[in-house]
Amino acid sequence: MAKKESTFLNMTLTLFVITAISALALASVYNLTKGPIENVKKQNLQNAIGVVVPDARKGNFDDFEQIVVKSSDGIGDITMYKVVVDNEFKGMAVKTFSMKGFGGIISVMVGFTPDGTIIDSDVLEHKETPGLGDKTSKNVSSWNEQFKGKNPDQFKLTVKKDGGDVDAITAATISSRAYCDALKRAYDTYINYLSANGQNSIENNVEPKDGGNK
Amino acid sequence: MNNWKNFTKGFIKENPVFVLVLGMCPTLGVTTSAINGLGMGLATTFVLFGSNVVISLVKNFIPDKVRIPSFIVIIASFVTIIDLSMSAYVPDLYKSLGLFIPLIVVNCIVLGRAEAFASKNTIISSAIDGLGMGLGFSFALTLLGALRELLGAYSLFGHKFINTDGILVFVLAPGAFLGLAYLIAIMKRINK
Repeated sequence: MAKKESTFLNMTLTLFVITAISALALASVYNLTKGPIENVKKQNLQNAIGVVVPDARKGNFDDFEQIVVKSSDGIGDITMYKVVVDNEFKGMAVKTFSMKGFGGIISVMVGFTPDGTIIDSDVLEHKETPGLGDKTSKNVSSWNEQFKGKNPDQFKLTVKKDGGDVDAITAATISSRAYCDALKRAYDTYINYLSANGQNSIENNVEPKDGGNK
Repeated sequence: MNNWKNFTKGFIKENPVFVLVLGMCPTLGVTTSAINGLGMGLATTFVLFGSNVVISLVKNFIPDKVRIPSFIVIIASFVTIIDLSMSAYVPDLYKSLGLFIPLIVVNCIVLGRAEAFASKNTIISSAIDGLGMGLGFSFALTLLGALRELLGAYSLFGHKFINTDGILVFVLAPGAFLGLAYLIAIMKRINK
């Protein structure tokens, strides 16, 4: 078959048909995949919460209250997931972030006990350099284990170079700083939230602080 | 042209990275490790194969003057469909490759092969061309990724050989240019 001539009508018609078919194909694929994609996202979120607050696995994820608050320094929103199992407040999974990453925004999930001790934390999304800054992530190295069981009240969340208590990753000080920044933001926001409206819910559900000394 | 020659030309003789020097953005950007290079290469191969087939199918309906916008629309739709279906049905694979998929739209090789080959040849030879070029691209990216990972982190596909930090510059952006320059020089020598 001979090639179509490049007349005005031909060109308009061809482009119209091509874009129409593409739009149709994209719309139908989008509709088809919308459900599964949301399921995958939900699954990923639940896995992340389960990692930072292990007690969450005993409960039903759909029951956890979702709280969206402005971050302590007001530069963005932070989502907190209140893990309540058998009417007991087990901890708070906080989805925090830092803008100070080497490759831009780093998104971190961190779990706190009711008194503000870090249970565990991990990177959700990052664009750090592979081989260097990506060591902040659990599936690359065990670097972020050092935050486990630390209370930012006594544990200074800055790298040792800046006078804090955190061992930075060799050759990835910027990524380490960003991770600390994200945790600090989560902690401050969480504490603000507790002092603003969390008091009663916590005292009702959790043993008093000195219960830990037994 | 015979099919075998058509298939193998992408590896050495007309390698998209070392000889045609196309698709430099992903080549320099994602080859920080061998596995990243391989992932990007395979994702591109898939798109290249698909877009070559579709474009050689519809080439007769597209007037010359609007061929480039038409090709771009076809390629972009193709990539978006793959992106959506992968994130829905193979989330684990998407986690490791997902980052690269949207980058393929702006990859010159895909448009380059559509324009230079698929718009002038039959479906079969376009499909073979797409596959060969894609695998050649994967080969080049994996090689560059392996070189950078080996020198920059002393590891290969994640296996560490020496437990210290490597020559960091090779993992960073300048290392991409250095590594690529060495490999192109070696390839030029081989091709002579």
